[in-house]
Amino acid sequence: MALDNETVHIIARLARLNIDDSELEKYGSELSNILNLVEQMEAVDTSGVEPMTHPFDATLRMRADEISEGNQREKFQAIAPSSENGLYLVPKVID
Amino acid sequence: MTIITLAQLSADLDAGKVSSTELTQEYLQRIDASEHNAFISVDQELALTRAKDADAKRANGESSPLLGVPIAQKDIFCIDGTQTTCGSKILENFIAPYTATVVSNMHDHGVVSLGKTNMDEFAMGSSNETSHYGNVVNPWSSKGATLVPGGSSGGSAAAVSAQLAPAATGTDTGGSIRQPAAFCNLTGIKPSYGRCSRYGMIAFASSLDQAGPMTHTAEDAAMLLNTMVGFDSKDSTSLDVPAEDYTTQLNDSIEGLNIGLPKEFFGEGLKPEIATLIERAVKEYESLGANIKEVSLPNSHLALPSYYVIAPAEASSNLSRFDGVRYGYRTEEYTDLVDMYTKTRSEGFGDEVKRRIMIGAYALSSGYYDAYYSKAQKLRRLIANDFNDVFKECDVLMGPTTPSTAFSAGSNSDDPVAMYLNDIYTIPANLAGLPAASIQAGFTSAGLPIGLHIIAPYLQESKLLNVAHQYQKVTDWHTLSAPGASAHNVGEKA
Amino acid sequence: MFTWDQRWEVVIGLEVHSQLQTQSKIFSGSSIAYGAEPNTQASAVDIALPGVLPVMNQEAARLAVKFGLAIGAHINQRNVFARKNYFYPDLPKGYQISQMELPIVGLGELEIDTEDGAKKIGITRAHLEEDAGKSLHEDFQGQTGIDLNRAGTPLLEIVSEPDMRSPSEAVAYLRKLHSLVRYIEICDGNMQEGSFRCDANVSVRPRGQEELGTRTELKNINSFRFVERAIEFEIERQIDILEDGGKVVQETRLYDPDKHETRSMRSKEDAHDYRYFPDPDLPPMVLEDSFIEEIRATLPELPGAKKARFESELGLSTADADVLTADRDVAEFFESTVNATKAETKIVANWMVGELFANLNKSDLEIAASPISTAQFALLLDRIADNTLSGKTAKQVFAALWEKEGEVDAIIEAKGLKQITDTGAIETIVDEVIAACPEQVQQFKDGNDKVIGFLVGQVMQKSRGKANPQMANQMLKDKMS
Repeated sequence: MALDNETVHIIARLARLNIDDSELEKYGSELSNILNLVEQMEAVDTSGVEPMTHPFDATLRMRADEISEGNQREKFQAIAPSSENGLYLVPKVID
Repeated sequence: MTIITLAQLSADLDAGKVSSTELTQEYLQRIDASEHNAFISVDQELALTRAKDADAKRANGESSPLLGVPIAQKDIFCIDGTQTTCGSKILENFIAPYTATVVSNMHDHGVVSLGKTNMDEFAMGSSNETSHYGNVVNPWSSKGATLVPGGSSGGSAAAVSAQLAPAATGTDTGGSIRQPAAFCNLTGIKPSYGRCSRYGMIAFASSLDQAGPMTHTAEDAAMLLNTMVGFDSKDSTSLDVPAEDYTTQLNDSIEGLNIGLPKEFFGEGLKPEIATLIERAVKEYESLGANIKEVSLPNSHLALPSYYVIAPAEASSNLSRFDGVRYGYRTEEYTDLVDMYTKTRSEGFGDEVKRRIMIGAYALSSGYYDAYYSKAQKLRRLIANDFNDVFKECDVLMGPTTPSTAFSAGSNSDDPVAMYLNDIYTIPANLAGLPAASIQAGFTSAGLPIGLHIIAPYLQESKLLNVAHQYQKVTDWHTLSAPGASAHNVGEKA
Repeated sequence: MFTWDQRWEVVIGLEVHSQLQTQSKIFSGSSIAYGAEPNTQASAVDIALPGVLPVMNQEAARLAVKFGLAIGAHINQRNVFARKNYFYPDLPKGYQISQMELPIVGLGELEIDTEDGAKKIGITRAHLEEDAGKSLHEDFQGQTGIDLNRAGTPLLEIVSEPDMRSPSEAVAYLRKLHSLVRYIEICDGNMQEGSFRCDANVSVRPRGQEELGTRTELKNINSFRFVERAIEFEIERQIDILEDGGKVVQETRLYDPDKHETRSMRSKEDAHDYRYFPDPDLPPMVLEDSFIEEIRATLPELPGAKKARFESELGLSTADADVLTADRDVAEFFESTVNATKAETKIVANWMVGELFANLNKSDLEIAASPISTAQFALLLDRIADNTLSGKTAKQVFAALWEKEGEVDAIIEAKGLKQITDTGAIETIVDEVIAACPEQVQQFKDGNDKVIGFLVGQVMQKSRGKANPQMANQMLKDKMS
């Protein structure tokens, strides 16, 4: 399978990555190579096989409903790229 | 020049031959003088504070095997107040505001963290060449030919191999502990999935990632693993099983041990010289009383393709949090929100990370989920079932860790798929969640180390370490020091 | 009724996000209390620091199961958390942990009352998920501020079938659901604080057509009134488009209550591809039978059953039973009063629906905050039953009770409101009224029975409401015949 430039573009946008036009071909062919590797999977009959999402099929452990976390805003926002009045700042969001 | 083991340092500290402060200073000096680029950051002050603390504890009569022993930490673990980059530009300015459970467990045992080791960006790589912080030099490189240390835990492997630290932590998603261990003549253990908490270990592929020790010997690995593991309520995939001491079974006899050799691990692509060395290692086991039989893991050829769907898919989602909003790198100039996101991520991530994010996003995108992700998860079960079957007749499985030895920098970087083949033997254990080790098993004619890969059934780390230790008792490959190892010698000083 | 009713059929489905009443967040130990300073309830997990992991809050699972049992739904004893991937600054991980293929609550139903009688609305599913943070658009030098206190608050998203056929049915369903979640105490239902939020999927099709029309999703309709108005507006908009020969575009639209219109939202992720997959950090949730049965045992009597009982056992009208069971606190107030008073059930209902509700509404109070306790309310009704108070004086006592002036009997004493039942005292007033109103007396004698009401009124007025009206009535008749 080969990925065309349009598809590479769409995936990049979905992943919020910018792929320059000059790199499109390179990415396209590298991704296609990986997909070719992956295509070996197709030959295998997996009907009736349950997908294995976790090694050893563990089940969810749940915690008691208790408040165990306090305010750490100052510490956390010390490493924020942009914050003010306790808020993280980002370019204007328009709905 | 000989290797310095944790066991020896522990004994020396216990006997008062050396202090933690002296040891720590010695290693800090070695790190400072080394040219392997094994470390991304070193916090001398913090390390020495911990060392002094450990000395004070020993003076107070406290004792714990690794109390005051300095080790190196892969830069994938968050440690409160220290730079934690995960090998990426996007976290260059990230000072972690909390500590990973594995690290705090080790600190609780008195381990001194020397610094953070270099690694492939977000643990994606098999040569440490994807690091934003430069290539790492394999201490086994000969003059004129710089070899890679393997990856992604390449900095940790180089650090231990070059004796810049007596041991280090690594993480293993598809072979990232075992492959660099093989390339740098070390013992590397990937424990069962769920043994080591993943809390505070920056996620690559959540259902595969597992932390483990990288050491000179199986005994050291057992000692270090003892301080790393434990149930963690902060990790929903952490195993709630009773603690055990992995050193207790090291000296058990392995007479009658049933060793399976999956024929698929000896097929096309394996360098003949490596095959010969592995056969010799297996013979050694035979002489120790083990029974050898050929077995089959018929679906193992599907491990690589499944892995290259599952790992990128999970990674594409795990790495979405790096968006320049709450921490980490944010691009300088941007016109709007989408522009800020896109530039931040495009400038912050390297090529291999972008490639895997793209593959992952594609594999999960609508219309492809069943064909890729869901299919890969089904194959994963088939692969795990294969192991269940062979472990009915075998105690452990053996084979080569890698199909080839350490290669020179740049030789594989143009072809991602060729690079991925490095992990062809190690990936199945990750998919099945099994404990596995790479131990030193000799050298090629070019003088490069190779690794013997041992896979054990679920939760049988003690058996795995026992099997590794018994081999190291009768061989001396693990004692050979790399030509590029540090000239200083702690042992002499002590 | 709208003019479109004849030609077009409206199809509405609702998605309700109900905030679960836990102490802590669904995947972290942060408080979910409303109104804290920004980002002071945002832990390492909530702000998605590298390396952090989610741990499920069992109470959220318990409340979701409680809801499932209350609507007679299938509980998926094995259910799975999935990641919904999209970039948005109020979504710190770049994905929302939700449930996709295997939600905790499967198919169930809720019965609503419509003009044409009872109607069952299907509930497709209800799944657990985490809330996002808030984007604050006040101006920070042209930037948006992000508060992650709400991020990780447990939500139960309740998805209905497209079973509703008018805005009023949609509102009836929403009210019913709102009442239910408060009844079973899984959600405080506070719409102002966003604890109970609604999105509507709306489409229209020509009557008789099987195939559904293209739907739009309406957001930001967070009051019962807005739901009705927004859907009405949207229906008209869609019909206008279709009648002009156009096509409805499938999209998300935002309701603007000030302008009373819906407008297209800029999409959150231009390409809507959420790349759902099972969250590898959270193994599947497996619920034991015993866990579910324990929850079943805690279920209160549900509104439907209570309403039926109020009608059959307490003899209430359907309308009264409806009103008095819509809210659990109201129903409990009513039942406590009934149990404590000698007054007839009907009288209790009248006084609650009338005087009490009117005053609560006027003061914008919930019944739980009523200044009049059930004990005092019951006593007040007792004093009507034993003829100590007339309807009119009872209202005065009620007003005094509302102002917390004291207890019923003390108020009656202090205000001298005890009804006059002494024959002599009433006779004196009756004689005065007959003397003062010769014209009306003559009319009565000429056969106009209705005028007696006027005369009794005069007696009541002169006695300042204290005369027993039945006695006054009888005495007037006796004296004029």
